[in-house]
Amino acid sequence: MSPALAIRGLVKRFDRPAVDGLDLTVRKAEFYTLLGPNGAGKTTTLRMVAGLLRPDAGTIHIHGIDALADPVAAKRCVAWVSDEPMIYDKLTPLEYLEFVAGLWGIEARAAETRAHELIGWLGLGPQATQRCEGLSKGMRQKVALAGALVHDPSVIILDEPLTGLDAGSARQVKGVLRERVKNGGTVIMTTHILEVAERMADRIGVIAAGRLIAQGTLAELRDQAGRGAASLEDTFLALVAEQAAA
Amino acid sequence: MTHPGTLVWFARHESRLAWRDWLAMMTAGGRWRTRSVAIVCTIVLVAMHLLALSMVGRFAGLVGPDRTALVVITGCALLAWSLMVSQALESVTRAFYTRADLDLILSSPVAARKIFAVRIATMALTITAMALLLAAPFINVLAIGGGAHWLAAYGAVVALGAIAGTVALVLTVALFRAIGPRRTRLVAQILAAVIGAAFIIGLQVVAIVSADATPTGATLSRYAVLGTDAVLSLAPAADSVLWWPARAILGDLGALAAFLAMSLAVLVVTILMVARNFAGHVIAASALAAAAPQHTGSARAFRQASPKRMLRRKEWTLLKRDPWLVSQTLMQLLYLLPPALLLWRSFGNGGEAATLIVPVLVMAAGQLAGGLAWLAISGEDAPDLVATAPVKASQIVAAKIEAVLGAIVAAFAPFVLALAFISVWHALTATAGVLTAAAAATAIQLWFRAQARRSHFRRRQTSSRVATIAEALSSIAWAATAALAAAGTWLALIPGGFGLLVLAGTRRLSPRLS
Repeated sequence: MSPALAIRGLVKRFDRPAVDGLDLTVRKAEFYTLLGPNGAGKTTTLRMVAGLLRPDAGTIHIHGIDALADPVAAKRCVAWVSDEPMIYDKLTPLEYLEFVAGLWGIEARAAETRAHELIGWLGLGPQATQRCEGLSKGMRQKVALAGALVHDPSVIILDEPLTGLDAGSARQVKGVLRERVKNGGTVIMTTHILEVAERMADRIGVIAAGRLIAQGTLAELRDQAGRGAASLEDTFLALVAEQAAA
Repeated sequence: MTHPGTLVWFARHESRLAWRDWLAMMTAGGRWRTRSVAIVCTIVLVAMHLLALSMVGRFAGLVGPDRTALVVITGCALLAWSLMVSQALESVTRAFYTRADLDLILSSPVAARKIFAVRIATMALTITAMALLLAAPFINVLAIGGGAHWLAAYGAVVALGAIAGTVALVLTVALFRAIGPRRTRLVAQILAAVIGAAFIIGLQVVAIVSADATPTGATLSRYAVLGTDAVLSLAPAADSVLWWPARAILGDLGALAAFLAMSLAVLVVTILMVARNFAGHVIAASALAAAAPQHTGSARAFRQASPKRMLRRKEWTLLKRDPWLVSQTLMQLLYLLPPALLLWRSFGNGGEAATLIVPVLVMAAGQLAGGLAWLAISGEDAPDLVATAPVKASQIVAAKIEAVLGAIVAAFAPFVLALAFISVWHALTATAGVLTAAAAATAIQLWFRAQARRSHFRRRQTSSRVATIAEALSSIAWAATAALAAAGTWLALIPGGFGLLVLAGTRRLSPRLS
């Protein structure tokens, strides 16, 4: 059975290497969190997986589909949510979801039912027919998330999705993501909120200087860092410091 | 070193910001481009002087102005002034609605009226500087050919700039009080565009309307109409105050001193009066931004459509729902008013006037398509969403091109159809010209696409000077081609070839290819 995501020898250089021979495997129905200091290459990696950047070298397979050779087929099962919700100000959330469903070629009636479900789950009911220009950042982030879920992707990639969300909204989003994993979906997420990674992730990957320096469950990471029962924060800082020293 | 918080200190701060803003606009933010920009500016300056020589060189010897000269010079000054007012309205509106450093200013323990007074004065100064820059070649040519007395025109331009700033301030504040901050933004921006275009279009309309009174086409020139008996009979007496600007331009130092003193005094008084309440207006405008309008629509059933159709529909919906963008793009259609009038007057008796309509339609189509293509291609507000969709990049581009060309067809079809009633040949050449100019402008935007927010539409020219110039040259070339083709001459191949060369050169220079 092919994994949800398999990355081998991924390289991307800008003025310096941003991703430097990265290998990463994410299993099906797994909640995987990618951690790393600023500029470690997390967003660049995920943008390459989502098809937003072309790697200089390496391979990306999504559910066994070569994402570089057949990007359209790979994109069919992936959704991307960035930290800055990019939606159309002049469309309402429902119209936005209709547009997204159309892009992914979802049958209109099924998309409509799904859109109303998502609007309900994410507490967007009162705003469903208001233009997005009047929505707060948190609301916009929820609309973007609904857009990512409306076409029922098997892999959801999120870059700092909880930035700017209030406690209530963050809980709603986390609940929706957990539900996806429970139903067989795969979630790959970057976050700076270590508590979220600690509580939600099945496995955590730590990336530094464009390479995966550690990977595993929280307990496995503690073992790798030799930190006993330390918090994820201490474990993470120890791993990154170790990498910097090397 | 000036003491912080004083008027001079604020003036230094504002002028530094204004200078850097201007530099960024000219160089599109690229430090390395400064030298290239200097070279291009020199070439443009020389070209402008040559253009000025061909346009006004023969008037350099004008002395002892008669009524006709005063009317024509006043008309030209009014044209330049209307453009200054348009620019000033834009600047004042921007000052009201752009947050930028306003939070910092309004929360600091300095008198807000001081910085707003300086800011308004800087706006007037910037507008005047731009006007001086544009007027300089004409004044220099006249001064070289006719004598130093023409240099007084520089003073007249400063006075015109001061009055333009005053009018813009008074108009915006009056709008703010009359219709409130929510509507002022849109109305002021539309007003700015209309004022900018109104005078030149007005002259053309008068020329067309009065064309019957003279031999065919004799008064179709914009400025010739100013010298007609009908206009001269309406002009005031030679000693009227209304001739001060024209007399000042012609070197009458008395008129210049009076005109300059009066305009500067009016500007200073207006600034002092307006600055007092400016902070209040700005707070009202920013409150509007915080509580953005929430338009509600009714929920309707999802419609089945292909990704391409979805993309086209999205482009049209976004355009339709943004009155500011609609006003900015459709404002270019204001220039279709004269040909529409010409069509209406020519309808029924045919006539060669139809040949004049074709290039105007083609030119307008090129410009409108350029704007729409920028919105669809570069002004995509959710680029990640579209790029991650399982749709081939070529299909996305095709859908966006179809959206642009669809809008162009909808806008120009009525004019072309009406033209067909006068001359089928002219309608055919117009159709070919409109489609070619629109396709060329769209191609240029495609080659020079750069991700930007839709709200940056007005500053789209700063992202690539090459694309802006190429778009204008291409539209002119296709307009000339269509005009000559409409006239039935093979000479049409010359501008057509030039149009193709422009496109080939632009493609070579495009970042996508290089």
